[in-house]
Amino acid sequence: MKPPEDPYCPVAGDGGRAAEAWNGGQKARVAIFSLTGCEGCSLAILELEDTLLQILDAVSIVNFREGMSERDWRIDIGFVDGAVSSPHDEEQIRAYRACCRTLVAIGACACLGGVNTLKHEHLSSEYRRYVYGDRATLFATTDARPISAVVKVDYELPGCPMVKEEFLRFLTCLITGRPFRLPEYPVCVECKRRGVLCLYERGEICLGPLTRAGCDAICPYYGAKCEACRGVLGDESIRAFGRNIREQYFVPIDDVLASLRKYGAYQEGDLP
Amino acid sequence: MSATRPITNGASASKGKGDGPASGTIEIREITRVEGHGNLSVRLDDGEITRLELQIVESPRFFESFVRGQRYDDVPQVVCRICGICSVAHTSAAVKAIEAAAGIVPTEQTILLRKLILFGEQIQSHVLHLYFLAVPDYLGVGSVIPLAKTHPDVVRRALRMKKLANDLCATIGGRHIHPISYRVGGFSHLPSIEQLQDIKTRLEAARSDLDQTVELFEDLALPDYRRDTEYLALKSDDNEYAFYDGRLVSSVDARPTAPADYRRRVIESVVAHSTAKHSRSSSSDSYAVGALARFNVNGDRLHPAARDAAHRLGLKAPCRNPYHNNTAQLVEVIHCTESAIELADRLLREGTRPGPIAGPTKFGRGVGIVEAPRGVLIHEYDLDERGRVRDANLIIPTSQNLANIEADMRDMVPRLLERNVARDRIAGRLEMLIRAYDPCISCATHFLDLDWVSP
Repeated sequence: MKPPEDPYCPVAGDGGRAAEAWNGGQKARVAIFSLTGCEGCSLAILELEDTLLQILDAVSIVNFREGMSERDWRIDIGFVDGAVSSPHDEEQIRAYRACCRTLVAIGACACLGGVNTLKHEHLSSEYRRYVYGDRATLFATTDARPISAVVKVDYELPGCPMVKEEFLRFLTCLITGRPFRLPEYPVCVECKRRGVLCLYERGEICLGPLTRAGCDAICPYYGAKCEACRGVLGDESIRAFGRNIREQYFVPIDDVLASLRKYGAYQEGDLP
Repeated sequence: MSATRPITNGASASKGKGDGPASGTIEIREITRVEGHGNLSVRLDDGEITRLELQIVESPRFFESFVRGQRYDDVPQVVCRICGICSVAHTSAAVKAIEAAAGIVPTEQTILLRKLILFGEQIQSHVLHLYFLAVPDYLGVGSVIPLAKTHPDVVRRALRMKKLANDLCATIGGRHIHPISYRVGGFSHLPSIEQLQDIKTRLEAARSDLDQTVELFEDLALPDYRRDTEYLALKSDDNEYAFYDGRLVSSVDARPTAPADYRRRVIESVVAHSTAKHSRSSSSDSYAVGALARFNVNGDRLHPAARDAAHRLGLKAPCRNPYHNNTAQLVEVIHCTESAIELADRLLREGTRPGPIAGPTKFGRGVGIVEAPRGVLIHEYDLDERGRVRDANLIIPTSQNLANIEADMRDMVPRLLERNVARDRIAGRLEMLIRAYDPCISCATHFLDLDWVSP
């Protein structure tokens, strides 16, 4: 697959040379990039301490500003954390797309917009002034968007932060040519398997029933409600959830919406 | 703010067109091996610095703004997302501020667990910085990756130490990046006795790794440079080397300032070339926070093993060489490991008891200050009568250091030029200086409102 032409990218139009090299038995060339976010998902890769040396045996890290000085732009697999939240981010993600044969969004910011989307609840002019005072116009900002809103994304590894074990499974699948799929069932499945008492039994509104599993229900296990950082499974589950909340639970809808909005999983004004 | 194009990375130096020998520019686009996005731009005209800017091009993030309206007990979970590396420190500062604003007094056991997880974060952040970001400079390579081939033992040791620190954080908080059970009012999940025992055993076994790390750093030659500046840190009222609790003191003004009065000490302003605000103190135009500042303020309170290490590494307070921030980080890794062993021991002796999460008794304004790995971290919240955030103010260690880093460079560049150091080597030296401060630029770009909006 030929990368799209891009004036910023030194390998634009290399005719898929990088891909051929990879297919020719060379190690996959991997890059890790960050847009607007906490860079925790990049850090999560470094927290795979037990397998990091094996990963370095299996792939070549060629571009990772946070961790290395050398930077190369012929990239087979590019991982991007952070949301698109400024004109500069937009320019960067287009350039990354052009340089990467496979582009992977990692974490809630890159997949959903993440906590950055909370700024949408205030007017742009207002939140800029609130933080930077009369010098607000110095710094350009846009709505916070997932990177798929700007460029084509090949895979998404959701979560806040991304689940590092899922990252490892993904990388293994990709370099060995096996298919990779995210779980298509809700967090409740994992919660039950771990024997965690349902948070609804404690009177809490948990988003586990409509959130994509794969995190091993880590938040409920440690005593916190699920807030859909891995995204909701589909419109059907949202509709059922909305109906259920209205008919069976007497809780402020605003609090439920705040949970759903926290990581950008659902940004509508009301529940269906 | 300049838009960086990804291909123009690395340092470049150019001579001015026909100017004197000491004219031209030093540009570093996208400083590497730091957390976040920054550029350095220096312009010289006839040996005079006419521009020196550490440009912070990270997108502005607006946390202070969008935390408004959040429920008091949701705030820590939102603001810990400011930074992946120091999310425990952000959680700690936020929880303390909210508890002060809501009249919540945590139990002694809760405070012990918080101190323990904060030790874990200092260790993981410092080990990450020392081995992954700083050491390559001293061994003359671009990253830790080639070291996996040339120095496999060093890399394995680094990974072992980092993993232990992460596991310590995960034992207490559920995970290191964005902890889960660390809540306003207490912990929603407690570690088991077996987990605490396991962590304690592994921390004790890490002593030989620490010893070898000190050996490694004994052999590294740090640039010889010093400049007088103010060092600001927390000092605790008991005899602890402060991380979790204390009042603000500095090397220039030793009178302690209570957290609630932090505005008397720390004054922030917006500068055009940085989405991160700059800070000055009531005494100085710039000041430093972080491991070296803590060492200079609290050095006599270090654990004896850490004091021995400081001695072996030639680190003495007061130390005025910013490159020694790395040395101070290493000394702190030893202090935190030994202190974590003592805390784990105490928790094992006394046993952990599950208890309810304490609820609010009022809603008002509160300040929480902790020492993040990179220095003094201040969170302040004003809660409305429903317990929602009305106003927020966050002051980040890196933003406090930015003016001081620029002051170091303004002082250092003419000295290097006098010694006829080649310009690309100056660029390398400056990049190393920035890295020595271990800046966390993602953290530094969400600052506060200058004018507190009072209800």
